[in-house]
Amino acid sequence: MAAIISLSEAVAEHVRDGDTVALEGFTHLIPYAAGHEIIRQGRTNLTLARMTPDVIYDQLIGVGAARKLIFSWGGNPGVGSLHRFRDAVENGWPEPLEIEEHSHAGMAARYVAGASGLPFGVLRGYTGTELPEHTDTIAPVECPFTGERLTAVPALTPDVSIIHAQQADRTGNVGLWGIQGVQKEAILAGRRSIVTVEEVVDHLDPRVTVVLPSWVVSAVAPVTHGAHPSYAHGYYDRDNTFYRDWDVISRDRGQFTCWIDKHIRSTATFDEHLALVRGQAAVMS
Amino acid sequence: MTATVPVPALEATTDEIMTVVAARELTDGVVCFVGIGLPSTAANLARHMHAPRAVLIYESGTIGAKPTKPPLSIGDGELAETADCVVSVPEIFSYWLQAGRVDVGFLGAAQVDRYGNINTTVVGDYDNPTVRLPGAGGAPEIAASAQQTFLLLRQTPRSFVPSLDFRTSVGHAEGGSSRQQLGMQGRGPTVIITDIGVLRPDPTSGEFILTAVHPGRTVEEAVAATGWPLRVAPNLVETVPPTLEELDVLRSLTES
Repeated sequence: MAAIISLSEAVAEHVRDGDTVALEGFTHLIPYAAGHEIIRQGRTNLTLARMTPDVIYDQLIGVGAARKLIFSWGGNPGVGSLHRFRDAVENGWPEPLEIEEHSHAGMAARYVAGASGLPFGVLRGYTGTELPEHTDTIAPVECPFTGERLTAVPALTPDVSIIHAQQADRTGNVGLWGIQGVQKEAILAGRRSIVTVEEVVDHLDPRVTVVLPSWVVSAVAPVTHGAHPSYAHGYYDRDNTFYRDWDVISRDRGQFTCWIDKHIRSTATFDEHLALVRGQAAVMS
Repeated sequence: MTATVPVPALEATTDEIMTVVAARELTDGVVCFVGIGLPSTAANLARHMHAPRAVLIYESGTIGAKPTKPPLSIGDGELAETADCVVSVPEIFSYWLQAGRVDVGFLGAAQVDRYGNINTTVVGDYDNPTVRLPGAGGAPEIAASAQQTFLLLRQTPRSFVPSLDFRTSVGHAEGGSSRQQLGMQGRGPTVIITDIGVLRPDPTSGEFILTAVHPGRTVEEAVAATGWPLRVAPNLVETVPPTLEELDVLRSLTES
């Protein structure tokens, strides 16, 4: 049964230094509040797994929380570069970042294998590309029935997987709808899991298309607007302005660090962070 | 049906010409795997013009999306709201793309070579890159498994290179039959649409050849912007300028 606890308690209990951590959510429902709490609690030496590192991992990489990144597409969607990710890979700032690079199809197959309890996933992928030369977790495999040459990728089994969802009921069953990404697979592949939710309700909304039963989730933490600047379908829209602003905030090391200090480290909760960010947006508009 | 009058190309921007030319390549009913930016806009333009039954698939898992404005990201909420169905990311790549249900995949790139192989990973050395690019995303499997792919990118000596810094996704490999020998089910890239013109592969060698230049652009510009000795098709044509109707619809789709 999932314990319904605060986000700070959930991160303190389930995210440890040196863990492999997957914060998933494909553009939609990205668990930003949880990412911030990991920064506040000062976790280090993490291996971060995520298909699209997005701004959430740009923040974690920029503060030096990550030793390694497992990913398939590292850009700011619709905007351009992730400057902290680039700075870490190109210049080793603030620390060298080891990378394990895949394609989306390969990452998806890895999560499915992890969720399925299989040692590897199989796909028609990577053929003729240079990725297998640089990524140890890509290997050829022959179909035992047809002889077709396919590609194997090992199961991805994070120590802790973290997602955001619209709702949980009072017993901790999690419900989400809209773009569902690899959230279900990530949670089932993880040894432990945290789900932040917009609200805890008596009965899950009929629009829910993915349910994660309470007994496969370690902790549920209610965080209103916990996916901002990503979005929660049916609750609030993607803050595209923030994604564009991030390009400026993150370009310079000093400006990035000031932003993190002021907006994450100096705020006690995600609510406080949001009030600060929104206050500034109101002043600028 | 009202007659459409071609307008002088100067009234269309470079992006608009690329988008219109890409839209014209899409036939009605085509199942199209699109990314954000020009491909998404081109597919929507086609849907509002000559291809109302085109099916737009975004890698976020939205199948049959009908956005009314250009999404900033492939996961914008409107894509899910207007889609025929929303499936998981593992499902979109396995049941839909890998199984061969996608007719056309759009791809962009930082670098392309004469065989339409592309690089979206690094400029410079992989372990010590000059520029770290976003990486593969869905591209390697789109390039392998879509029935054909369309490449959209600006033509410059930095992007049209004699040799890729990294091969992220396969086009016609080393040319000739080398792509088929890799066992790929799709035909590979069938067109490259640039800001200067249109390139199509030689049916035998797989090498991309200039087959059209856009109004106001020249063969010399295309040659100068290409890092390999660019061949020009004997029957080179000039791109038909965007019509008033195409521009009207395109602008109504892109105004915010």
